[in-house]
Amino acid sequence: MSVDVDKPAQPPADAPPSPPEPIRAIPVRHYGRWIAALAVLAVLFLLVRAFAAGNVNWGAIPEYLFNADILKGLRNTLLITLLSMVIGIVLGVILAVMRQSKNPVTSTVAWFYVWFFRGTPVYVQLFLWFNLGLVFQYIDIMPIYKDEWSDFMTPFLCALLGLGLNEAAYMAEICRAGLNAVDEGQTEAAHALGMSHGKTLRRIIVPQAMRVIVPPTGNEVINMLKTSSLVIAVQYYDLLQAAQNVGRDSGVVVEMLILAAAWYLIATTVLSIGQYYLERYYARGSSRQLPPTPFQRLKAKLSGGPNRAGGAA
Amino acid sequence: MTASKTTSTTAGKKAVPMVRAEGVHKSFGSAHILKGIDLEVAPKEVFCLIGPSGSGKSTFLRCINHLEKVNAGRLSVDGELVGYRERDGKLYELRDREVAARRRDIGMVFQRFNLFPHMTAVENIMEAPIQVKGESKAAARERATKLLDRVGLADKAANYPSQLSGGQQQRVAIARALAMEPKLMLFDEPTSALDPELVGDVLDVMKDLAADGMTMIVVTHEMGFAREVGDSLVFMDDGVVVESGHPREVLGNPQHERTKSFLSKVL
Repeated sequence: MSVDVDKPAQPPADAPPSPPEPIRAIPVRHYGRWIAALAVLAVLFLLVRAFAAGNVNWGAIPEYLFNADILKGLRNTLLITLLSMVIGIVLGVILAVMRQSKNPVTSTVAWFYVWFFRGTPVYVQLFLWFNLGLVFQYIDIMPIYKDEWSDFMTPFLCALLGLGLNEAAYMAEICRAGLNAVDEGQTEAAHALGMSHGKTLRRIIVPQAMRVIVPPTGNEVINMLKTSSLVIAVQYYDLLQAAQNVGRDSGVVVEMLILAAAWYLIATTVLSIGQYYLERYYARGSSRQLPPTPFQRLKAKLSGGPNRAGGAA
Repeated sequence: MTASKTTSTTAGKKAVPMVRAEGVHKSFGSAHILKGIDLEVAPKEVFCLIGPSGSGKSTFLRCINHLEKVNAGRLSVDGELVGYRERDGKLYELRDREVAARRRDIGMVFQRFNLFPHMTAVENIMEAPIQVKGESKAAARERATKLLDRVGLADKAANYPSQLSGGQQQRVAIARALAMEPKLMLFDEPTSALDPELVGDVLDVMKDLAADGMTMIVVTHEMGFAREVGDSLVFMDDGVVVESGHPREVLGNPQHERTKSFLSKVL
């Protein structure tokens, strides 16, 4: 496109040729696509009708949506997810650094940790924490604390340790992959500038590793939110437990399960949006131009921005 | 080796050499890369290292700032042993912090630039002065801006490395090294990864540095640069110094067969 905007519509003969006439052709008709779309819609309609006509008291769901017990369960689920992830990330980073250590004892211990916690089901681990009182009868941290194990190991602590320590094994592998993904030349350049190991790790390596670490960690958070429903094994009062209790007491069992599913969906949706923006932040510098966020795109559309950005400039 | 130093820019009697290597050996496992390197680099000298790939030029360069550990021999920078302290005839290995402190004074420019991709050009240059020297942000930014101007990239301060061409990235990398005010600059094939038309800009910056009296050791395949700017030149092959002298003499009138056959391929 040229910049001559105020030229007359009919260019003189010696002017550069006007843009070529666009091709006018009859597009191919995709009948197959229409048939496939109709078939999918029909199946969807049948499914929705079946659920609507089924023996489900749909009215109970909005009624209990903000039920105090349900909300308490939801709060506990979010709390245990958050805290287990914090334990998992902190311990995972430590394990990843241990794994790369030149000290053979620390690297081997880290390897065994990952081997054990990744190699056994989290459900079994939760039960183990719950029953560890058979091994340790008392907890005795001499001057400050002494108690029976069963009093000390509350359902909350069982759930937290079970989920958090298990997560640490996965996070360790994610962090290790992230640290290894950073080019060795980065370490050399930082060292050549006189930066210490710690500063190199903190200022140069970790920020770049984050780009590799954040997306799978987001998946882990979403996964953790759902895995946390297993804490029912250690009697922790989470969203699923609350939904089941309310359902049993009020005779709306299936309805409360659907309600719990809805809350899980809402929570994972919010987390996915957060993950999107976090990934964007750590992608800076890696691609020349970040694509606009959906919000920015919407704003551009509403303000009637340039619909054809190409050509000029 | 030292007899050829007549053209060095140092006036009068010789000061402490900036770099002195005596019988330096280096192996990686069973691969013997450096087989006894002896050489001296005087202050303010532009010292060029040429040779076929695999001859050990880059390895030797990396030994100078202790990115690689020397296996045998003595290597010193400005009178101080690299990586060790000598007391009562015994060698003590330096702690990581001490190694880092010595590296501050030695700038290094890499073949693949190695800019920090998550920082803009100006942030790349500010990073070490702030983190290592504890300079204030404002002071570091002011000097970084001046350095960018010096390498002709004042308008690229806010660009990320991925938005710069290879030649621009390499010039930012040189500015980044200069920000630490080094007494010695190491260049590891600084133009080998560049498109031919971008090589000139980087060489111009290096010539400018040489004219300012910076001590430079340059591993290069740019024979034109070596001839024009270099004060001494060493031809290495298979881990040993084959021939050394003034660039014009070595390049114009090589004495050894190996030098002749190498130069006949690259000139």
